[in-house]
Amino acid sequence: MEKIPILKMGDFLLVTVQVDLYDRLALGLESDLVNMIRKYSSRGVLIDISAVNIVDSFMGRILGNIAQMSKILDAHTVVVGMQPAVAITLIELGLPMTGVHTALNVEKGMAMLRDKLFLTEETPNDSDNN
Amino acid sequence: MKSLSAQLLPSKQVEILDIWIKLQLKNEGLRSDLMSNDALKRESEELLKTILEAIRNDDTTDIKGEAYDKVVEVLAGISLSRASNGFSPRETAYFVFSLKEALITVLEKNIAEPKELYPEIVKVNKLLDDFGLITFETFIKGREEVILRQTSEITEISTPVIQVWSGILALPIIGTLDSARTQVVMENLLLKIVETESTIAILDISGVPAVDSLVAQHLIKTVAATRLMGAECIISGIRPEIAQTIVHLGIDLSNINTKASLAHALRTAFSLLKLEVRKVGEYSKNTHA
Repeated sequence: MEKIPILKMGDFLLVTVQVDLYDRLALGLESDLVNMIRKYSSRGVLIDISAVNIVDSFMGRILGNIAQMSKILDAHTVVVGMQPAVAITLIELGLPMTGVHTALNVEKGMAMLRDKLFLTEETPNDSDNN
Repeated sequence: MKSLSAQLLPSKQVEILDIWIKLQLKNEGLRSDLMSNDALKRESEELLKTILEAIRNDDTTDIKGEAYDKVVEVLAGISLSRASNGFSPRETAYFVFSLKEALITVLEKNIAEPKELYPEIVKVNKLLDDFGLITFETFIKGREEVILRQTSEITEISTPVIQVWSGILALPIIGTLDSARTQVVMENLLLKIVETESTIAILDISGVPAVDSLVAQHLIKTVAATRLMGAECIISGIRPEIAQTIVHLGIDLSNINTKASLAHALRTAFSLLKLEVRKVGEYSKNTHA
Protein backbone atom coordinates (compact mmCIF):
# COMPACT_ATOMS: atom_id res chain seq x y z
CA MET A 1 0.00 0.00 0.00
CA GLU A 2 1.16 3.49 -0.79
CA LYS A 3 2.37 5.49 2.18
CA ILE A 4 3.46 9.00 2.88
CA PRO A 5 6.94 9.02 4.44
CA ILE A 6 7.39 10.68 7.80
CA LEU A 7 10.90 11.90 8.52
CA LYS A 8 12.25 12.46 11.98
CA MET A 9 14.42 15.54 12.43
CA GLY A 10 15.45 15.89 16.04
CA ASP A 11 12.43 16.96 18.00
CA PHE A 12 10.33 17.42 14.91
CA LEU A 13 8.59 15.24 12.39
CA LEU A 14 8.63 16.26 8.76
CA VAL A 15 5.94 15.18 6.35
CA THR A 16 6.12 16.19 2.72
CA VAL A 17 3.03 15.27 0.79
CA GLN A 18 4.15 14.77 -2.81
CA VAL A 19 0.95 13.32 -4.19
CA ASP A 20 -2.66 14.35 -4.05
CA LEU A 21 -4.13 13.07 -0.82
CA TYR A 22 -6.90 10.62 -1.34
CA ASP A 23 -9.00 9.50 1.57
CA ARG A 24 -7.29 6.28 2.59
CA LEU A 25 -3.83 7.80 2.23
CA ALA A 26 -4.86 10.69 4.45
CA LEU A 27 -6.30 8.37 7.10
CA GLY A 28 -3.12 6.28 7.01
CA LEU A 29 -1.03 9.41 7.43
CA GLU A 30 -3.13 10.46 10.39
CA SER A 31 -2.58 7.23 12.34
CA ASP A 32 1.10 6.87 11.31
CA LEU A 33 1.80 10.39 12.43
CA VAL A 34 0.17 9.98 15.81
CA ASN A 35 2.10 6.78 16.39
CA MET A 36 5.36 8.45 15.42
CA ILE A 37 4.74 11.35 17.76
CA ARG A 38 4.14 8.90 20.57
CA LYS A 39 7.20 6.82 19.66
CA TYR A 40 9.71 9.66 19.47
CA SER A 41 7.91 12.04 21.81
CA SER A 42 8.18 14.66 19.10
CA ARG A 43 7.47 18.26 19.93
CA GLY A 44 6.50 19.53 16.51
CA VAL A 45 5.03 18.32 13.23
CA LEU A 46 5.64 20.07 9.94
CA ILE A 47 3.40 19.13 7.04
CA ASP A 48 4.45 20.43 3.64
CA ILE A 49 1.55 20.46 1.19
CA SER A 50 3.14 22.62 -1.50
CA ALA A 51 2.68 19.84 -4.07
CA VAL A 52 -0.99 19.33 -3.29
CA ASN A 53 -3.24 20.88 -5.89
CA ILE A 54 -6.56 19.31 -5.05
CA VAL A 55 -8.28 19.40 -1.70
CA ASP A 56 -11.71 18.50 -0.47
CA SER A 57 -13.47 18.99 2.80
CA PHE A 58 -12.28 15.57 3.98
CA MET A 59 -8.64 16.48 3.64
CA GLY A 60 -9.30 19.78 5.36
CA ARG A 61 -10.80 17.87 8.24
CA ILE A 62 -7.93 15.39 8.38
CA LEU A 63 -5.44 18.25 8.66
CA GLY A 64 -7.52 19.76 11.44
CA ASN A 65 -7.71 16.38 13.18
CA ILE A 66 -3.96 15.85 12.96
CA ALA A 67 -3.41 19.25 14.54
CA GLN A 68 -5.79 18.47 17.38
CA MET A 69 -4.35 15.01 18.02
CA SER A 70 -0.78 16.33 18.07
CA LYS A 71 -1.89 19.05 20.45
CA ILE A 72 -3.15 16.38 22.84
CA LEU A 73 0.23 14.67 22.58
CA ASP A 74 1.90 18.04 23.22
CA ALA A 75 3.23 18.63 19.71
CA HIS A 76 2.63 21.70 17.57
CA THR A 77 1.50 21.30 13.98
CA VAL A 78 2.46 23.66 11.21
CA VAL A 79 1.09 23.30 7.69
CA VAL A 80 3.35 24.96 5.15
CA GLY A 81 3.36 25.85 1.49
CA MET A 82 -0.34 25.86 0.79
CA GLN A 83 -1.11 26.84 -2.81
CA PRO A 84 -3.27 29.95 -3.28
CA ALA A 85 -5.90 27.92 -5.12
CA VAL A 86 -6.02 25.40 -2.27
CA ALA A 87 -6.38 28.17 0.30
CA ILE A 88 -9.26 29.72 -1.63
CA THR A 89 -10.94 26.35 -2.00
CA LEU A 90 -10.73 25.60 1.71
CA ILE A 91 -12.19 29.02 2.52
CA GLU A 92 -14.99 28.54 0.03
CA LEU A 93 -15.68 25.15 1.60
CA GLY A 94 -16.07 26.95 4.91
CA LEU A 95 -12.98 25.38 6.51
CA PRO A 96 -10.88 28.21 7.92
CA MET A 97 -8.81 25.57 9.89
CA THR A 98 -8.47 27.82 12.89
CA GLY A 99 -6.61 25.24 15.01
CA VAL A 100 -3.81 24.77 12.50
CA HIS A 101 -0.70 26.92 12.37
CA THR A 102 0.41 27.86 8.90
CA ALA A 103 3.62 29.14 7.38
CA LEU A 104 4.66 30.16 3.92
CA ASN A 105 7.43 27.60 3.36
CA VAL A 106 9.36 24.87 5.15
CA GLU A 107 12.03 27.29 6.31
CA LYS A 108 9.52 29.62 7.94
CA GLY A 109 7.58 26.68 9.32
CA MET A 110 10.70 25.29 10.99
CA ALA A 111 11.51 28.71 12.44
CA MET A 112 7.97 28.90 13.76
CA LEU A 113 8.19 25.47 15.40
CA ARG A 114 11.53 26.36 16.96
CA ASP A 115 10.05 29.60 18.24
CA LYS A 116 7.16 27.74 19.83
CA LEU A 117 9.40 25.13 21.42
CA PHE A 118 11.79 27.81 22.61
CA LEU A 119 8.95 29.83 24.07
CA THR A 120 7.36 26.96 25.96
CA GLU A 121 10.67 25.75 27.34
CA GLU A 122 12.50 28.98 27.95
CA THR A 123 9.73 31.07 29.42
CA PRO A 124 10.23 29.82 32.99
CA ASN A 125 14.00 30.42 32.73
CA ASP A 126 13.41 33.86 31.37
CA SER A 127 11.25 34.85 34.26
CA ASP A 128 13.90 33.46 36.62
CA ASN A 129 16.56 35.61 35.03
CA ASN A 130 14.54 38.77 35.24
CA MET B 1 -45.36 47.21 -60.47
CA LYS B 2 -43.13 49.15 -58.18
CA SER B 3 -44.57 51.59 -55.72
CA LEU B 4 -44.21 55.30 -56.30
CA SER B 5 -41.63 55.82 -53.61
CA ALA B 6 -39.48 53.01 -54.92
CA GLN B 7 -39.45 54.67 -58.33
CA LEU B 8 -39.18 58.21 -57.15
CA LEU B 9 -36.84 58.29 -54.19
CA PRO B 10 -33.68 56.73 -55.68
CA SER B 11 -33.61 59.40 -58.37
CA LYS B 12 -33.80 62.17 -55.81
CA GLN B 13 -30.78 61.16 -53.78
CA VAL B 14 -28.98 64.49 -54.04
CA GLU B 15 -32.05 66.46 -53.09
CA ILE B 16 -32.85 64.24 -50.12
CA LEU B 17 -29.29 64.40 -48.86
CA ASP B 18 -29.35 68.16 -49.16
CA ILE B 19 -32.53 68.51 -47.10
CA TRP B 20 -31.35 65.94 -44.58
CA ILE B 21 -27.99 67.61 -43.98
CA LYS B 22 -29.69 70.98 -43.64
CA LEU B 23 -32.06 69.54 -41.05
CA GLN B 24 -29.22 68.02 -39.11
CA LEU B 25 -27.15 71.17 -39.17
CA LYS B 26 -30.12 73.22 -38.04
CA ASN B 27 -30.76 70.93 -35.10
CA GLU B 28 -29.66 72.27 -31.71
CA GLY B 29 -28.29 68.90 -30.73
CA LEU B 30 -25.63 69.01 -33.44
CA ARG B 31 -22.36 67.97 -31.89
CA SER B 32 -19.77 69.70 -33.97
CA ASP B 33 -17.36 69.06 -31.11
CA LEU B 34 -17.64 65.30 -31.49
CA MET B 35 -17.89 65.09 -35.26
CA SER B 36 -16.96 67.41 -38.10
CA ASN B 37 -19.59 68.44 -40.63
CA ASP B 38 -17.66 66.70 -43.36
CA ALA B 39 -17.70 63.43 -41.47
CA LEU B 40 -21.39 63.87 -40.82
CA LYS B 41 -22.02 64.46 -44.50
CA ARG B 42 -20.02 61.39 -45.45
CA GLU B 43 -21.86 59.23 -42.97
CA SER B 44 -25.25 60.51 -44.08
CA GLU B 45 -24.43 60.00 -47.72
CA GLU B 46 -23.29 56.44 -47.18
CA LEU B 47 -26.38 55.55 -45.22
CA LEU B 48 -28.74 57.23 -47.67
CA LYS B 49 -27.11 55.48 -50.60
CA THR B 50 -27.56 52.05 -49.04
CA ILE B 51 -31.13 52.82 -48.00
CA LEU B 52 -32.15 54.01 -51.46
CA GLU B 53 -30.44 51.01 -52.99
CA ALA B 54 -32.49 48.77 -50.72
CA ILE B 55 -35.75 50.57 -51.48
CA ARG B 56 -35.14 50.15 -55.19
CA ASN B 57 -34.49 46.43 -54.84
CA ASP B 58 -37.08 45.49 -52.26
CA ASP B 59 -40.43 47.15 -52.32
CA THR B 60 -41.71 45.72 -49.06
CA THR B 61 -41.17 47.49 -45.79
CA ASP B 62 -39.86 44.37 -44.14
CA ILE B 63 -36.38 45.25 -42.98
CA LYS B 64 -35.61 41.60 -42.36
CA GLY B 65 -35.47 41.21 -46.13
CA GLU B 66 -32.17 40.48 -47.79
CA ALA B 67 -31.99 43.87 -49.48
CA TYR B 68 -31.92 45.61 -46.13
CA ASP B 69 -29.03 43.62 -44.67
CA LYS B 70 -26.54 46.19 -45.86
CA VAL B 71 -28.62 49.04 -44.44
CA VAL B 72 -28.85 47.38 -41.05
CA GLU B 73 -25.12 46.80 -41.09
CA VAL B 74 -24.27 50.42 -41.94
CA LEU B 75 -26.78 51.71 -39.42
CA ALA B 76 -25.41 49.51 -36.67
CA GLY B 77 -21.89 50.64 -37.44
CA ILE B 78 -22.84 54.30 -37.22
CA SER B 79 -24.81 53.76 -34.05
CA LEU B 80 -22.01 51.83 -32.35
CA SER B 81 -19.41 54.43 -33.21
CA ARG B 82 -21.68 57.15 -31.89
CA ALA B 83 -22.28 55.29 -28.67
CA SER B 84 -18.57 54.91 -28.01
CA ASN B 85 -17.87 58.51 -29.01
CA GLY B 86 -20.24 59.81 -26.38
CA PHE B 87 -23.25 60.94 -28.38
CA SER B 88 -26.49 61.14 -26.43
CA PRO B 89 -29.42 58.87 -27.38
CA ARG B 90 -31.41 61.90 -28.56
CA GLU B 91 -28.65 63.03 -30.89
CA THR B 92 -28.27 59.56 -32.32
CA ALA B 93 -31.99 59.10 -32.78
CA TYR B 94 -32.35 62.47 -34.44
CA PHE B 95 -29.85 61.41 -37.05
CA VAL B 96 -32.27 58.76 -38.31
CA PHE B 97 -35.55 60.57 -37.69
CA SER B 98 -34.45 63.67 -39.54
CA LEU B 99 -34.01 61.46 -42.59
CA LYS B 100 -37.68 60.59 -42.32
CA GLU B 101 -38.54 64.26 -42.46
CA ALA B 102 -36.34 64.74 -45.49
CA LEU B 103 -37.86 61.77 -47.32
CA ILE B 104 -41.39 62.92 -46.61
CA THR B 105 -40.63 66.44 -47.78
CA VAL B 106 -39.36 65.08 -51.07
CA LEU B 107 -42.40 62.79 -51.45
CA GLU B 108 -44.75 65.68 -50.74
CA LYS B 109 -43.07 67.82 -53.33
CA ASN B 110 -43.30 65.19 -56.04
CA ILE B 111 -46.66 63.53 -55.44
CA ALA B 112 -49.49 65.98 -55.72
CA GLU B 113 -52.40 63.62 -55.17
CA PRO B 114 -53.06 63.08 -51.41
CA LYS B 115 -54.58 59.66 -52.08
CA GLU B 116 -51.35 58.48 -53.64
CA LEU B 117 -49.16 60.34 -51.20
CA TYR B 118 -50.70 58.86 -48.06
CA PRO B 119 -49.72 55.16 -48.48
CA GLU B 120 -46.22 56.19 -49.50
CA ILE B 121 -45.79 58.28 -46.40
CA VAL B 122 -47.05 55.44 -44.23
CA LYS B 123 -44.55 53.15 -45.87
CA VAL B 124 -41.63 55.52 -45.40
CA ASN B 125 -42.73 56.07 -41.83
CA LYS B 126 -42.75 52.40 -41.01
CA LEU B 127 -39.39 51.83 -42.62
CA LEU B 128 -37.70 54.70 -40.82
CA ASP B 129 -39.28 53.75 -37.51
CA ASP B 130 -37.73 50.32 -37.86
CA PHE B 131 -34.41 51.91 -38.64
CA GLY B 132 -34.82 54.04 -35.56
CA LEU B 133 -35.36 50.94 -33.45
CA ILE B 134 -32.26 49.29 -34.85
CA THR B 135 -30.27 52.41 -34.19
CA PHE B 136 -31.45 52.47 -30.65
CA GLU B 137 -30.82 48.82 -29.98
CA THR B 138 -27.28 48.96 -31.26
CA PHE B 139 -26.71 52.25 -29.49
CA ILE B 140 -27.60 50.66 -26.16
CA LYS B 141 -25.49 47.64 -27.01
CA GLY B 142 -22.58 49.93 -27.76
CA ARG B 143 -23.01 51.72 -24.48
CA GLU B 144 -23.16 48.44 -22.60
CA GLU B 145 -19.95 47.35 -24.25
CA VAL B 146 -18.33 50.57 -23.10
CA ILE B 147 -19.56 49.98 -19.55
CA LEU B 148 -18.40 46.36 -19.54
CA ARG B 149 -15.00 47.33 -20.80
CA GLN B 150 -14.67 50.01 -18.16
CA THR B 151 -15.78 47.63 -15.42
CA SER B 152 -13.16 45.07 -16.35
CA GLU B 153 -10.55 47.79 -16.62
CA ILE B 154 -11.43 49.07 -13.18
CA THR B 155 -11.27 45.56 -11.73
CA GLU B 156 -7.88 45.06 -13.25
CA ILE B 157 -6.27 48.32 -12.28
CA SER B 158 -7.95 48.75 -8.94
CA THR B 159 -6.35 45.83 -7.14
CA PRO B 160 -2.65 46.54 -7.06
CA VAL B 161 -0.66 44.60 -4.51
CA ILE B 162 2.25 46.71 -3.32
CA GLN B 163 5.29 45.49 -1.50
CA VAL B 164 5.92 48.20 1.08
CA TRP B 165 8.77 46.41 2.83
CA SER B 166 10.46 43.10 2.40
CA GLY B 167 7.94 40.72 3.88
CA ILE B 168 5.10 43.25 4.02
CA LEU B 169 2.47 43.65 1.32
CA ALA B 170 -0.16 46.37 1.16
CA LEU B 171 -3.37 46.13 -0.81
CA PRO B 172 -5.41 49.32 -1.04
CA ILE B 173 -8.95 48.44 -2.03
CA ILE B 174 -10.82 51.17 -3.85
CA GLY B 175 -14.48 50.86 -4.74
CA THR B 176 -17.18 48.44 -3.73
CA LEU B 177 -16.19 44.88 -2.90
CA ASP B 178 -18.47 42.37 -4.60
CA SER B 179 -17.94 38.64 -4.93
CA ALA B 180 -16.21 38.84 -8.30
CA ARG B 181 -13.81 41.51 -7.14
CA THR B 182 -13.08 39.75 -3.86
CA GLN B 183 -12.07 36.73 -5.90
CA VAL B 184 -9.67 38.83 -7.96
CA VAL B 185 -8.33 40.61 -4.89
CA MET B 186 -7.85 37.35 -3.03
CA GLU B 187 -6.10 35.62 -5.91
CA ASN B 188 -3.79 38.57 -6.58
CA LEU B 189 -2.91 38.84 -2.93
CA LEU B 190 -2.22 35.14 -2.41
CA LEU B 191 -0.14 34.86 -5.57
CA LYS B 192 1.89 37.89 -4.52
CA ILE B 193 2.39 36.43 -1.05
CA VAL B 194 3.91 33.31 -2.61
CA GLU B 195 5.95 35.35 -5.05
CA THR B 196 7.44 37.74 -2.50
CA GLU B 197 7.45 35.34 0.45
CA SER B 198 5.73 37.96 2.54
CA THR B 199 4.46 37.16 5.97
CA ILE B 200 2.23 40.18 6.49
CA ALA B 201 -0.50 41.58 4.28
CA ILE B 202 -2.19 44.88 4.99
CA LEU B 203 -5.65 45.28 3.53
CA ASP B 204 -6.48 48.97 3.38
CA ILE B 205 -10.19 49.65 3.00
CA SER B 206 -10.19 53.45 3.23
CA GLY B 207 -11.36 53.50 -0.39
CA VAL B 208 -14.33 51.22 0.20
CA PRO B 209 -17.43 53.44 0.30
CA ALA B 210 -19.61 51.16 2.39
CA VAL B 211 -19.24 47.96 4.32
CA ASP B 212 -22.28 45.73 4.68
CA SER B 213 -22.44 42.18 5.97
CA LEU B 214 -21.60 40.79 2.54
CA VAL B 215 -18.50 42.93 2.12
CA ALA B 216 -17.45 42.08 5.67
CA GLN B 217 -17.81 38.41 4.88
CA HIS B 218 -15.64 38.85 1.82
CA LEU B 219 -13.02 40.55 3.97
CA ILE B 220 -13.14 37.78 6.56
CA LYS B 221 -12.70 35.21 3.79
CA THR B 222 -9.67 37.01 2.40
CA VAL B 223 -8.13 37.22 5.85
CA ALA B 224 -8.75 33.53 6.49
CA ALA B 225 -7.23 32.59 3.13
CA THR B 226 -4.06 34.58 3.80
CA ARG B 227 -3.86 32.93 7.19
CA LEU B 228 -4.03 29.50 5.55
CA MET B 229 -1.14 30.51 3.35
CA GLY B 230 0.86 31.22 6.47
CA ALA B 231 0.73 34.99 6.39
CA GLU B 232 -0.78 37.43 8.83
CA CYS B 233 -3.44 39.84 7.62
CA ILE B 234 -4.11 43.30 9.00
CA ILE B 235 -7.13 45.34 7.96
CA SER B 236 -6.56 49.07 8.05
CA GLY B 237 -8.30 52.26 7.03
CA ILE B 238 -11.53 51.65 8.89
CA ARG B 239 -13.41 54.90 9.03
CA PRO B 240 -15.49 55.74 12.13
CA GLU B 241 -18.78 55.34 10.28
CA ILE B 242 -17.70 51.95 9.01
CA ALA B 243 -16.78 50.86 12.51
CA GLN B 244 -20.27 51.94 13.58
CA THR B 245 -21.97 49.98 10.79
CA ILE B 246 -19.90 46.89 11.53
CA VAL B 247 -20.95 46.89 15.15
CA HIS B 248 -24.58 47.70 14.37
CA LEU B 249 -24.72 44.85 11.89
CA GLY B 250 -23.34 42.53 14.53
CA ILE B 251 -20.32 41.47 12.48
CA ASP B 252 -17.62 39.85 14.55
CA LEU B 253 -14.18 41.09 13.56
CA SER B 254 -12.58 40.29 16.90
CA ASN B 255 -10.41 37.54 15.39
CA ILE B 256 -9.02 39.95 12.85
CA ASN B 257 -6.24 42.40 13.41
CA THR B 258 -7.76 45.80 12.62
CA LYS B 259 -6.05 49.17 12.64
CA ALA B 260 -7.38 52.66 12.07
CA SER B 261 -4.86 53.76 9.49
CA LEU B 262 -2.27 52.32 7.15
CA ALA B 263 0.45 53.95 9.24
CA HIS B 264 -0.71 52.10 12.33
CA ALA B 265 -0.92 48.87 10.42
CA LEU B 266 2.60 49.35 9.12
CA ARG B 267 3.87 49.99 12.63
CA THR B 268 2.19 46.79 13.82
CA ALA B 269 3.70 44.92 10.89
CA PHE B 270 7.15 46.19 11.79
CA SER B 271 6.79 45.10 15.37
CA LEU B 272 5.53 41.66 14.27
CA LEU B 273 8.64 41.32 12.12
CA LYS B 274 10.73 42.56 15.05
CA LEU B 275 11.82 45.61 13.09
CA GLU B 276 12.02 49.11 14.41
CA VAL B 277 12.13 52.49 12.78
CA ARG B 278 14.11 55.19 14.49
CA LYS B 279 15.83 58.47 13.76
CA VAL B 280 19.49 58.38 12.83
CA GLY B 281 21.65 58.67 15.92
CA GLU B 282 18.79 58.08 18.29
CA TYR B 283 19.02 55.12 20.61
CA SER B 284 16.03 52.89 20.73
CA LYS B 285 14.35 52.10 24.01
CA ASN B 286 15.40 48.46 23.86
CA THR B 287 19.10 49.06 23.37
CA HIS B 288 18.99 51.82 25.92
CA ALA B 289 17.51 49.53 28.50
